[in-house]
Amino acid sequence: MKKFLSAVVAIAALASAQPAAALEVFACEPEWGALVQELGGDRVSVYVATTAFQDPHRIQAKPSLLARARRANLVVCTGAELEIGWLPVVLRQSGNSAVQPNQPGYFEAADYVQRLEVPTVLDRAAGDVHAAGNPHIQTDPRNIARVATALAKRLADIDRANAALYETRYRDFAKRWDAAIQRWTAQAAALQGAPIIVHHKAFSYLENWLGLRELATLEPKPSVEPTSTHLAEVLDMVKRQPAKMIVRSVYNDARASEYLAERTNIPIVVVPFTVGGSERAKDLFGLFDDTVQRLMDARG
Amino acid sequence: MTRYTICAAALTAAITGSALSAEPANPEQRLRNVEQRLDRIESAPAPAALPANPTSSPSSFNPAISVILSGIYTNLSQDPANFRITGFPVPDGVDIGPGQRGFSLAESELAISGNIDPYFYGLLTFSIHPDDTTSTEEAFIQTIALSNGFTAKGGRFFSSIGYLNAQHAHTWDFVDAPLAYQAFLGTQFGDDGVQLKWLAPTDLFLEFGAEIGRGRPFPGTDRDKNGSGAGTVFAHVGGDVGVSQSWRAGLSMLRTGPRDREFADTDINGNAVTNAFSGDARVGIVDFVWKYAPNGNPTYTNFKLQAEYLRRRESGDLTFDIDTNDGNPHVAQLAPFDSKQSGWYLQGVYQFMPYWRIGLRTEKLNPGSFSAAANDVNLVPRDFSPTKNTVMVDYNPSEFSRIRLQYARDESRQGLPDKQWWLQYQMSLGAHGAHQF
Repeated sequence: MKKFLSAVVAIAALASAQPAAALEVFACEPEWGALVQELGGDRVSVYVATTAFQDPHRIQAKPSLLARARRANLVVCTGAELEIGWLPVVLRQSGNSAVQPNQPGYFEAADYVQRLEVPTVLDRAAGDVHAAGNPHIQTDPRNIARVATALAKRLADIDRANAALYETRYRDFAKRWDAAIQRWTAQAAALQGAPIIVHHKAFSYLENWLGLRELATLEPKPSVEPTSTHLAEVLDMVKRQPAKMIVRSVYNDARASEYLAERTNIPIVVVPFTVGGSERAKDLFGLFDDTVQRLMDARG
Repeated sequence: MTRYTICAAALTAAITGSALSAEPANPEQRLRNVEQRLDRIESAPAPAALPANPTSSPSSFNPAISVILSGIYTNLSQDPANFRITGFPVPDGVDIGPGQRGFSLAESELAISGNIDPYFYGLLTFSIHPDDTTSTEEAFIQTIALSNGFTAKGGRFFSSIGYLNAQHAHTWDFVDAPLAYQAFLGTQFGDDGVQLKWLAPTDLFLEFGAEIGRGRPFPGTDRDKNGSGAGTVFAHVGGDVGVSQSWRAGLSMLRTGPRDREFADTDINGNAVTNAFSGDARVGIVDFVWKYAPNGNPTYTNFKLQAEYLRRRESGDLTFDIDTNDGNPHVAQLAPFDSKQSGWYLQGVYQFMPYWRIGLRTEKLNPGSFSAAANDVNLVPRDFSPTKNTVMVDYNPSEFSRIRLQYARDESRQGLPDKQWWLQYQMSLGAHGAHQF
């Protein structure tokens, strides 16, 4: 036992003696990983905990996440309870005081945007609702801009030696992003008022941005898989009130939207939802280039 | 109010802006210009972080509270009152076996947790047992302010040895714990003490830890002394293979020194006796778990494979047929005793469609060997290997509820195979549960 303990202490001493090369950032979702990369460039080394093909709510506190959180200088997550099942466990077991909630090394993007659908009544009879509102904030590029501002400040706070670099990169990004938002908004102008059906209530911010009208969700309640009864109701509704398209993200099961599409000839739009969700969504710009393109294509 | 002012200002700015610049003749184009400007203004950074209206009330610091509700219907072909694992005796009061027949409450829990201050996290779990007693399952504080990978914990907690030991019963994939856990750890080893863990700064998950504690729970016994009565060391390693697979393996050792650990047994002639063991008990555990989900998304289908091997060595003295003050004559013969036993289980759980999982578990105990010196002539030779095979299917309408049907053929009692059926519900309400690996 004594040998074992002294070995542990020896390894610990060795490990903590190594200087940090770049700022280690643990991003819960790919969109924040991409944003940190835009703002930090070579100064940051980004680890992304989830992919576009995973539901970021249903992740487990797996060993690889613990190992990465332990070394992180900054944790960047959506917040609004999206990661409530696993992130608190990961952080508590990480042995890393710098990234605990309320520390500068902990950043929740949802703190910096106006959240939609904040429930007035909290009752799980309504499905998996989040007390802090809809957490899928990244589907509106204006939210990305708001988060970028706060995140750039945070990076500068944590890594003061490179504050000027973050400032410069932020200015450059904000300029490009602003221009891109204008381009996307203009491209998608025709979508204003278009009625759509969504799989999961994951596109509220996208709808808010482009003026899409959500007629129905394929899930009867948030995070409850579509049932045949509910699909029949949606089908009935669509016959009376036609929709332009059915929108889902890559990690949603295809069957429900295909069922509806076959019976109504309404096109399905699989949006990338986050960075990495499609071939074109390689970075944040690609994400919205592709999202807008796909929506416009479906509109015909 | 502020919002209206900002909007009005924005509109004015937008309109004056467009009036000053070269004005497009087309009114639609003009409207679009105004809209675009509005958007630009809206997308400008929010003035400050939007605070979430904290209200000042004493209850706003309420910790997270969650309740686990569980109930069970049990149907057994053998009388659970005489449940024992042949060749693996445990003291009275150690909670093993299939439970009672018929309807009963299964282990229900009340858990309260939260950050105490910037330095500590605390958790308290009360457990309500079927017989209407309650116990403090866990009550510990844990550091959140240490760095360099260190975490310390103190109080009453489930030891981090093995894979299953630290998990609460409601997160198990089967109704009951594996036989090896029942035989060697009295189902679950939770002690009063302290724990220190260290996580290595490597991409590969590498964790080392040690615990010392009172040593009261089986396989130890409570003692009135200074210092510690039990100690553990453990090491875990784990990681991902691609995006679809994750794994963890572990190696642990528990050492404790029971004194006069009494247990019911039968002698070589089939008479009931009470023996007592004093000495050194060591349990070594090798554990492995592997999880697969297509693209790492477990929502639709996923698979979990889990196996553990436990090995116990006990050496010390055994008193055969102690005097139980029942008025009958007792041999009460003390002699050196040395025993080696082991056991393992292997289980797989497959979610084949959303909400539905099926699981299979197979397990076996190896009676091993013992040498009991002068008591060799009194004790029954161990030649029976308890086995058990279990199948379960559960339905999970949401991540907060589960209904499970389980069947087991339990051959842990020599000559008395038990056909066990269970129908169980397990639900959690309140604070969101943790998705432990």
